Amino acid sequence: MAEDLTYLSIDEARGLLDRREISSVELTEAHLRRIEAVEGRVKAFITRTPELAREQARLADDRIKAGEAATFTGIPVALKDVLCTRDAPTTAGSQILRDFLPPYDATAVARLRAQGAIFVGKANTDEFAMGSSTENSSFFTTHNPWDLERVPGGSSGGSIAAVAAGEAIVGLGSETGGSVRQPAGFCGIVGLKATYGRISRYGLIAFASSLDQIGPATRSVADCAHLLGAVAGADPRDSTSAPAEVPDYRAALTGEIRGLRIGVPREYFEMGLQPGVESATREALRVLERLGAELVEISLPSSGLALPVYYIIAPAEASANLARYDGVKYGLASEQDSLLATYLESRRAGFGPEVKRRIMLGTYALSSGYYDAYYVKAQQVRTLIKDEFDRAFGLAADNGAGAGTAGVDVIVAPTSPTTAFKIGERSDDPLAMYLADVLTIPANLAGIPSVAIPCGFADDLPVSLQIMGPAFAEERILRVAEAYERQTTWTQRRPPLDVASAGA
Amino acid sequence: MSSSTKTAPTSVAGTEYEAVIGLEVHAQLLTRSKMFCGCSAEYFAAPPNTHVCPVCLGLPGVLPTINRAAVEAATMTGLALGCAIAPVNKFDRKNYFYPDLPKGYQISQYDLPLALGGEITFTLAGVEHRAGITRVHMEEDTGKNMHASDPATGEGYSLVDLNRAGVPLMEIVGEPDLRSPQEAGAYLTAMRQILRYIGVSTGNMEEGAFRCDANVSLRPVGSAAFGAKVEIKNMNSFRAVERALAYEVERQRAILDAGGTIAQETRGWNEDQGRTLAQRTKEEANDYRYFPEPDLPPLTMDPAWVGAIGARMAELPATRRARFASQYGLREDDARTLTESRAVADYFEAALGDSATTERARLTANWILATLFARVSAETIGTSPLTPGRLRGLLDLLEGGKINRTVAQQVFDELFDSPDEDAAAIVARKGLGLVGDDGAIRGAVGQAIAANAQAVADFLGGKTAARGRLVGATMKALGGRADAALVNRILDEELAKGRRG
Repeated sequence: MAEDLTYLSIDEARGLLDRREISSVELTEAHLRRIEAVEGRVKAFITRTPELAREQARLADDRIKAGEAATFTGIPVALKDVLCTRDAPTTAGSQILRDFLPPYDATAVARLRAQGAIFVGKANTDEFAMGSSTENSSFFTTHNPWDLERVPGGSSGGSIAAVAAGEAIVGLGSETGGSVRQPAGFCGIVGLKATYGRISRYGLIAFASSLDQIGPATRSVADCAHLLGAVAGADPRDSTSAPAEVPDYRAALTGEIRGLRIGVPREYFEMGLQPGVESATREALRVLERLGAELVEISLPSSGLALPVYYIIAPAEASANLARYDGVKYGLASEQDSLLATYLESRRAGFGPEVKRRIMLGTYALSSGYYDAYYVKAQQVRTLIKDEFDRAFGLAADNGAGAGTAGVDVIVAPTSPTTAFKIGERSDDPLAMYLADVLTIPANLAGIPSVAIPCGFADDLPVSLQIMGPAFAEERILRVAEAYERQTTWTQRRPPLDVASAGA
Repeated sequence: MSSSTKTAPTSVAGTEYEAVIGLEVHAQLLTRSKMFCGCSAEYFAAPPNTHVCPVCLGLPGVLPTINRAAVEAATMTGLALGCAIAPVNKFDRKNYFYPDLPKGYQISQYDLPLALGGEITFTLAGVEHRAGITRVHMEEDTGKNMHASDPATGEGYSLVDLNRAGVPLMEIVGEPDLRSPQEAGAYLTAMRQILRYIGVSTGNMEEGAFRCDANVSLRPVGSAAFGAKVEIKNMNSFRAVERALAYEVERQRAILDAGGTIAQETRGWNEDQGRTLAQRTKEEANDYRYFPEPDLPPLTMDPAWVGAIGARMAELPATRRARFASQYGLREDDARTLTESRAVADYFEAALGDSATTERARLTANWILATLFARVSAETIGTSPLTPGRLRGLLDLLEGGKINRTVAQQVFDELFDSPDEDAAAIVARKGLGLVGDDGAIRGAVGQAIAANAQAVADFLGGKTAARGRLVGATMKALGGRADAALVNRILDEELAKGRRG
């Protein structure tokens, strides 16, 4: 029975709840049982919040009875543990915040709470969202539901794995360089990185402020559209949030993509793709072509510079964003004889090796004498990358640099060069780990939206493609994704967790 | 040029030096809320850590939002100092670790500040000087560390109060155009006067709302190149600024005279010891790793918005002083005194109302400067029970011949004690109206002559001073309310009768 109430879509769950065929309490209990059953293997949550979920479920039932249900009333949600919640600890996967209880909700969380959503737990993340596997979490590593010996991807691996494993209907993650799309790809679900500014960052623990963006993790494009609609929109608390109106994303999913021009960027297929990834992506492109879209080969020549640019800008911003964790006001503090010793020891004990590495990288890049050579240069190349996208989308004139002005509507490429790798396989090699994000980072640098969607399997592991669009073209990329989803069954497949534990 | 720097002694090497001084003023902006959050900015004397929120505490995940009123105030300051307002300016992060800095960085403006290239005029010993203003930029204040020790164990500890953290601050950087400590003092006085006039800062140095750091170097007179500069901090009063600069100029001169070189460094003024002490050398200086604040988009200044701020800006002190002299015919020094504080100038013009004859303006100025200032100061004039309207009522009676000067002083005192009554009502209630009745005065004069035979005899005998006794007696009989001119005329007539008789 529990199985029946997990793996529901929002539309299905909404219908059952509104018709009073099930209660929110029943739906919540089903997910709490599922969490009990699989969490020992998946380890998606740093903090589980069953009591909070039950209380919210009772309130949701009252609201449904009163006929005042919103889209998310009674819907179980997993929240990445970088999203501040006023009634659950928010750790960012770090020892330095292991007991931190924020006195406020992130705006995205508050919007879901206002709709009556059910919060089942705070999901694992690489420490301060710095990583691509959850192996940098200071608590534990989350396991990929498709193969428990493999990583779920990261940094939003906890939210993604929870949704893939049926522990929540949807989840919220966050991206800085692909941290929703890459794990969504590894775990066979849908992950969206919205336009920078589309979703308020207030209450999202900052990694790199000019790149950070909260993103939906869902098992279908329709759910993604629902979740984006619930959390998007201007926020007076975030000056970088965009004033643009929030359209009805769900209504944009018409299945109609005839005549759409799809750009296929040459360079993305030249970055050491695993053969199964390339073939699945090419096959998906043929599906889109059959739906009436036109494939246009394009060039984004600066794509290869995205990774080094990212690893200057993101650590530079992180070095400032993480300065507040000094053992003086909150979080882990190690009081020593001197102020300097207190700082050093609190941060030594509180931060893990990858966080320290990035703070040092960023501090160096901003230092007097190096700033122009690193930070300024990286910002210039970032502009170049953004301009290339603009030209590809026909939003800027040709500059003669070879990219041309393709005038495409969307750009389709693989999400990651490989499928999920084994736990431990890359954890000793930061550069190999960084390469997991080589295809997702350009969209973050350009601030454009990109949705990752399952497009097949390679050696029984999910493969994913991403659909990028111009800024604020979320309706368009979701429409393409959903049109593709209708033609395939990839998002309906479930990981083999129950085979491994028959009777659960 | 001021004469005060011309006393430089010839050095051993025969070199005459001049001081080169530039000031950096930090002024808290008078806004209701903080620079980047909604907390009250009126933190003074509040219990520690009561004016704080997640944003100014620097909790994880929170974001700053720009206080529009602070941008307005800083823009107005830029305009008042004749700066160009940058069409696009931006905030940057200044990174350093200190417990009073909750985020580990201060949001400030680095390479694209709000306002650039202005000028300030100040007067020293009657001579007008001009100094350039490099820039005006916005930033947030820090909290405060307090150091104490446990009375039982004697062990030292520190406490942090973040009430001040995030209070809007502007930094006004001056060009190195000042040549003496006295010029620096006059510059600061003029700066504070402007800030107070346009209502952007209390300018209160004791409460820390107005602070000053100074850059000082010496160079041979006639040289265009600058010497190594020393930054002086921790000067908590105007007097401290002048003392610290005087000390520092002499310290540097002594080193140069002895053939030494000046180290570029930061020094702190020690008020008790009366000297500057080395704090950190150039090598120890912080690398602040400035970079653009990614949480705040650049500020694009709408020219119409900036124009409206300029239009709304109060008249500046120098302009108002000149206008008081030309429009009202006030003497230069009266105009200067009346315009030193905007509150006094406002009071003057309100008391004057539409009755702006030169005579009335001078009368009003005299009553404010001589009489009112005996009871109020520039700080309290705004809340004085004697409102400008009530003073105007009093001066209307005086100028209109309804009361005499003696009575006016009496009514003035009454106006302070009975804040609900106007001058006319007091005069009516106490029957203080001028006695201008010929017969009544002649009667009183007659009585005075009759009752003061000796005074009359003295006067007729040539002792003219005795006449005053008769005037006094007449006035006393009439309760001091008589028209003095009439009393004099009638007394003269009656005494003339006596002389003839």
